[in-house]
Amino acid sequence: MRSLGLDVLWKGKNFVRLLGGLWVAVRISLISVAISIALGVVIGVLATGRSRVFKAVFRVYLEIVRVMPQMVLLFVVYFGTTRVFGWDLSAEFSAILVFSFWGAAEMGDLVRGALISIPRIQYESAEALGLSGGQVYRYVILPQTVRRLIPLSINLITRMIKTTNLVMMIGMVEVLKVAQQIIEANRQSSPNAAFGLFAVVLLLYFAICWPISRLAGYLEKRWA
Amino acid sequence: MGNALLEIKGLKKAYGEHLVLDGLDLAVDRGEVVVIGPSGCGKSTLLRCVNALEDIQGGEVRLNGELVRRDGKNISQMRQKIGMVFQSYDLFPHKTILENILLAPLKVQKRPRPEAEGEALELLARVGLADRRDDYPRQLSGGQKQRVAIVRALIMHPEILLLDEITAALDPEMVHEVLQVVLGLARSGSTMLIVTHEMAFARAIADRVVFLEDGHIVEESREPKAFFDRPATERARQFLRTFEY
Repeated sequence: MRSLGLDVLWKGKNFVRLLGGLWVAVRISLISVAISIALGVVIGVLATGRSRVFKAVFRVYLEIVRVMPQMVLLFVVYFGTTRVFGWDLSAEFSAILVFSFWGAAEMGDLVRGALISIPRIQYESAEALGLSGGQVYRYVILPQTVRRLIPLSINLITRMIKTTNLVMMIGMVEVLKVAQQIIEANRQSSPNAAFGLFAVVLLLYFAICWPISRLAGYLEKRWA
Repeated sequence: MGNALLEIKGLKKAYGEHLVLDGLDLAVDRGEVVVIGPSGCGKSTLLRCVNALEDIQGGEVRLNGELVRRDGKNISQMRQKIGMVFQSYDLFPHKTILENILLAPLKVQKRPRPEAEGEALELLARVGLADRRDDYPRQLSGGQKQRVAIVRALIMHPEILLLDEITAALDPEMVHEVLQVVLGLARSGSTMLIVTHEMAFARAIADRVVFLEDGHIVEESREPKAFFDRPATERARQFLRTFEY
């Protein structure tokens, strides 16, 4: 078998650079996920409310997010706004904006789904015990909603982490871009590095996403 | 009956065009067990109106002379005095048996935990489930869940208990264990408004039987045994015949 090109990994600071790239990806996803969850909960609660206008707006928003490729959104926000509105958005800010815009819609839909899956009678039996509206949500509805939500939202979170590699298209140097740079720099000395390095990138993504998805499985079992 | 515990006057409830309760009057005295049924529609709706789980279109419900209203400021206090047990038990699936029972006493009545827990365990023992305190509802049978639901209502010390077809979802062999508990409550003087399809049970427990049809009371009997043997109205006779094979 030919060399896998893994030797490049240990040249100079290559591995540390790769980890630095991973951190960029993880940082963007963490911030976006946090914003998405916070906004998603509010949106989801509102989407189960009485306002028809909000429901209509939410449906349109969700459809836009679902049919629009995230990369196009990124380009619109990062490149498009600069000239048209004169905004000088940093790549990271644009990425977080786009991922949060996406995540909040998906999360809102998950929260909405989890909320409406709680049977009406759960509210009623809590009310019949004298619990106030706020208490019904706090002690009965939300704990059950969160239990249903966690496995679903973890799925969304891993999807968001995997999608962050799009940010290299707007000039951010995240883990995939770092790998490319290393491969380019060592094209002469180790032409096989592409295989080894991209495989390592895959493993790094796996190392981040697998524990998260295991956690989802564990919680799902525990709260079934 | 000026001093009835529960007074329902001219109660009207409609779902859209469909009138379910049409100016219903009913008074329940303290310590009285009133069984609604055996047939006719609107029975469950009536119970749900008594603790204001439903909006009503007319009339009023009073407990101890105090108005029970869905949008009333004191609705939480009123509901604490009106215990309700549903057909489908509706325990909180994310809480253990003990936590299910303690939620309202601790959070609504703000009772100290040791005292409430002591009473919860006592009540659980009374329905034969003391050893299940740390289990989750999904680990219990239907009959056991229903007994827990009764305890969850009892710990609030309600002045009246509403039982809405509490055995309808149970296997026949579990019906007995639940009805035994209710019989015990009746003997200890609890006031209850019961909707049931269990004829023998209704006969054994009722101080009064009320028969609903088209949204109001068509027959009422303070002698349930006589009612079941010789119903006065043709409609009740017809219905009771359906139980003869």
